[in-house]
Amino acid sequence: MSDQLRVNWIRCDAHGLCAELFPERISLDEWGYPVIDPAPIPPQLRKHAERAVAQCPVLALVLEHTDP
Amino acid sequence: MTTTHKTAPTTLPRLLGGLEHADGLATLDRHVGFHGALTVAAQPGRPNDMLRESVRASGLGGRGGANFPVARKVDAVLGERRRPVVLINATEGEPPSRKDHVLLRGAPHLVIDGGVVCAAMVGAHEVIIAVEAGSQREFAALDQALAERERRHVDGRLKIILEIVPDGFVIGEERALINALNGGPGKPTYAPPRPFQKGVGGAPTLVQNAETAAQLALIARHGADWFRSLGTDAEPGSALVTLTGAVAHPGVYEIPLGALLDDLVAAAGGLSAPARAYLIGGYFGTWIDAARTSGLRLSNADLAPLGGGLGARAIVALPESACGLTETARVARYLSEQSAGQCGPCVHGLAAIAGGMELLARGDGRQLPDIERWIGLVTGRGACRHPDGSAKLVGSALTVFADEVRRHTVDRKCTGNGTPVLPIPKRAATGRTA
Ligand SMILES: Cc1cc2nc3c(=O)[nH]c(=O)nc-3n(C[C@H](O)[C@H](O)[C@H](O)COP(=O)(O)O)c2cc1C
Ligand code: SF4
Ligand code: SF4
Repeated sequence: MSDQLRVNWIRCDAHGLCAELFPERISLDEWGYPVIDPAPIPPQLRKHAERAVAQCPVLALVLEHTDP
Repeated sequence: MTTTHKTAPTTLPRLLGGLEHADGLATLDRHVGFHGALTVAAQPGRPNDMLRESVRASGLGGRGGANFPVARKVDAVLGERRRPVVLINATEGEPPSRKDHVLLRGAPHLVIDGGVVCAAMVGAHEVIIAVEAGSQREFAALDQALAERERRHVDGRLKIILEIVPDGFVIGEERALINALNGGPGKPTYAPPRPFQKGVGGAPTLVQNAETAAQLALIARHGADWFRSLGTDAEPGSALVTLTGAVAHPGVYEIPLGALLDDLVAAAGGLSAPARAYLIGGYFGTWIDAARTSGLRLSNADLAPLGGGLGARAIVALPESACGLTETARVARYLSEQSAGQCGPCVHGLAAIAGGMELLARGDGRQLPDIERWIGLVTGRGACRHPDGSAKLVGSALTVFADEVRRHTVDRKCTGNGTPVLPIPKRAATGRTA
């Protein structure tokens, strides 16, 4: 099982907070919307991912569990 | 003139059979006289497993663009606990495509029969057929056909409802359509939930394209083996194709999947001018260099090595007198304006791509590297696949029209004669204000 970050693009307002909270996997495009690195999230980075999900002001980030 | 087919037609036409008459098979008598009566009936709450297995054996893929196996969608709907409904997507918002319109006007009962077959497979009590507000003749044909069926008690207790939704390109996306039917603004919603989980009125919803329905109506009559006797093993059956552009007789044609493009063009009376390229698959499709189309077969498997696919099966022959970059820039602007306006990368990215293409068409190639980058940047970053499809079209233009790119940017020359080829709806309603 692995985790994958997904953005609900309808909700995302380009606040950019997620990229600050999880720079290891999230950068921003030129319009301020998150670009998610598809690389797997190792256990030591899980906390960062969860924090980004929890702190997004519009709850636009989802951490999905997918079976490989 | 063809004869009636009460027995299974062994060759083409199948779906277009009987439509050579002025009013086609608009009345129930003509429809039944030509195709025979539908012998399956929907039993609300009691899915017809034999019918579903016959459809599975047919290998029918959805004809709205994605070619998803119908039987697998039926399985997904049956896996839900709530009472399902059926939604027939008869919107056909793709400007170069007219196949569903032709079918709805000429053979409305075949499409409705297909809705009944869908309802029988999942045990639905209700079928909704959705058309765009601009499809007045199609609406009238369906409306009359439904009134006639009701008078003659053809469909028993099954409720069949005709609905009108606003015009537009993205309204045909299944979640946008469901959103409109549920009283929303007709924009795609976040998935999950997918339609098979939660669709019209919150019920598990089997969504099929109008042509898919018509194919099902024939499979229910003649069986899977008959269906598979045309087409390829992987992509069986016949398909409706809209062929326009530089051909003598533009229109809707029925082909066996895997037919030669050359044969289709010949059926349309041949080219009316030398072709520079073909747009295959509609506005989410790809340009294919005319130099590579000799011997090309019309199936997803044959188009994949060229980076293409059949998509909505609209094909446009671009004459050498037109400019592929100018044409693509116009469509890129249209697609950008059709964005439902709710996902940042789609809104900003498609507008940026359209702007870059307009500059390029005017001979300014400075944004070329940006266009390439934006194509990558919008792909996969929307709630629906509108940005993906739009970006793919533009990407194929940059490859196929590489000579034109050089002529525009280096020699500062556009050799197009300025006559538009690809259709853009007049007063195209923008998705944003809908
Ligand atoms: C932007 C967009 C527009 C679409 N427009 C149409 C359409 O006009 N007609 C249609 O049948 N499917 C359209 N689709 C596909 C539908 O979402 C859906 O897959 C289809 O109606 C399912 O039927 P099928 O499996 O029988 O093809 C569109 C998809 C997208 C992403
Ligand atoms: S924090 Fe939320 S709203 Fe802001 S960019 Fe990230 S996902 Fe979008
Ligand atoms: S990706 Fe574009 S068209 Fe699709 S829902 Fe988002 S904004 Fe609308």
